[in-house]
Amino acid sequence: MDQSRRNTLKASGGLSLFSLLVAAGMVKPGVAEAAWNKAAFDAKKMDAALAALGAGSPAESAEVQLTAPDIAENGAVVPVGVVSNLPNTEEVAILVEKNPNMLAARFMLPAGTEAAVQTRIKMGQTSDVYAVVKAGGKFYMAKKEIKVTLGGCGG
Amino acid sequence: MGNPMRIRAAEKDGVTEVKVLMNHEMETGQRKDSSGNLIPAHFISELTAKHGDKVVLQAEFGPSVSKNPFLSFKFKGGAKGDKVVVSWIDNKGDTRSDEATIG
Amino acid sequence: MKKRLTLAALAIVAAFTAPAAMAEGSAADGIAQYRAMLAEGNPSELWELAGEDIWKEKRGPKQASLEQCDLGKGPGVVKGASAALPRYFKDTGRVQDLESRLMSCMETLQGIAPENFVKGKWGKGEMEKMEQIVAYVVGQSRDMKVNVDMSAPQMKKMYALGKEAFFYRAGPMDFACATCHGQDDKRIRLQDLPNLTKHEGAAAGWGSWPAYRVSNGQFWTMQHRLNDCYRQQRFPEPIYGSDVTIALSVYMAKTANGGTVMTPGIKR
Repeated sequence: MDQSRRNTLKASGGLSLFSLLVAAGMVKPGVAEAAWNKAAFDAKKMDAALAALGAGSPAESAEVQLTAPDIAENGAVVPVGVVSNLPNTEEVAILVEKNPNMLAARFMLPAGTEAAVQTRIKMGQTSDVYAVVKAGGKFYMAKKEIKVTLGGCGG
Repeated sequence: MGNPMRIRAAEKDGVTEVKVLMNHEMETGQRKDSSGNLIPAHFISELTAKHGDKVVLQAEFGPSVSKNPFLSFKFKGGAKGDKVVVSWIDNKGDTRSDEATIG
Repeated sequence: MKKRLTLAALAIVAAFTAPAAMAEGSAADGIAQYRAMLAEGNPSELWELAGEDIWKEKRGPKQASLEQCDLGKGPGVVKGASAALPRYFKDTGRVQDLESRLMSCMETLQGIAPENFVKGKWGKGEMEKMEQIVAYVVGQSRDMKVNVDMSAPQMKKMYALGKEAFFYRAGPMDFACATCHGQDDKRIRLQDLPNLTKHEGAAAGWGSWPAYRVSNGQFWTMQHRLNDCYRQQRFPEPIYGSDVTIALSVYMAKTANGGTVMTPGIKR
């Protein structure tokens, strides 16, 4: 390992070299395939998705908040936010029980980044949505049912 | 190369809130075109956000993140005038990197 | 909001929420909550971003930018321009909306022929660029008041034509714009339909288009939106930039006068 690469790793605070290469625009597609958690994203059953995330059977926690509307007018865009009040939250994952593949997105939070993320996901139908959080090495979760209506015309 | 992102970063009381809009189809791989052929999956798979040299967020997306993805997150330690750089790579190896100045 | 939910709407909601008996308010509240969350990050901004670059780019056979385009507030003035459109333009001798005005600018300044749009497809080629420019321009009137100047006789004439077109019933369904948008408290499924014949509804409708549609991830200009109304009425779709579309815009804009510009909007 040359010196510059070692420095890069040091600067990253332990995060993968891959992320830095992505940031630098130096990454090759093959490398990307390797880093992306294929097993978790390909899983078609909740148990398998949780297992691939290393989450097992996470305990429901009131310290994990899943913010989402009760009803989505359009399943193509469903806003979802996750906040964790658990100390040392290092990872957040969003899963949709009734999607063909459960896992929608996963966020790795280095120290100094708050456990508060928002994104938008697709939902094929009304379903429970799960926020799974890793904090202090353990997994916790919160869930909420989001109803998906079909669209009318216009707008 | 991908299309430009829209990144906003605003600092308040030591916390920087970053909002990112990405320009991407996020094709699921489950839809068919008008001739009945499956449209191959095409989606952003990984994203990295950096403040200076420090990685402040890493994310992995699947195809069920919405088209033209939106993301917001918050980190400590950013100051007005600093740069935040967001980069992504998709499942076909296309990449994009854009930056914003913290306001 | 509660009163607008009819039994039919509840039946539709119930179909998706079995076995719960859903309280009337929660569906409307849920949708209001959904819309509020979407407003936070509107992908229209991606079109705005691209549009600003295209506005400044030297393009077309004449290799000119649009920076000398007069949208009614003087050459190159974009700020507040769309809040005051449509308007009567002496140089073309026509009442023009934003899109027909941009077509004129592109033709005269850049040499880009109107056929690119009239025969174009939404979201493709020059039409995509038009959509991006429109997003940029309407974004520059965000939070301003709708302020169309009706003093020109040509504007009054277009208003009268627009009103007539709005109420004109025809086609296999005997539909008019007014069938859906001419009374209070109408809906299609869970969609509230603004009454465009009154100020409140016109301000809501006119004030929030052009918009990004989350259902298809497309950015729709007002011309596109109006054509879709005609398509839904089973009329032939109007020619891009034609007088009937401009007349309808004048009718809506005048009725919306004083309302707030919320463009580019975001729609389900």
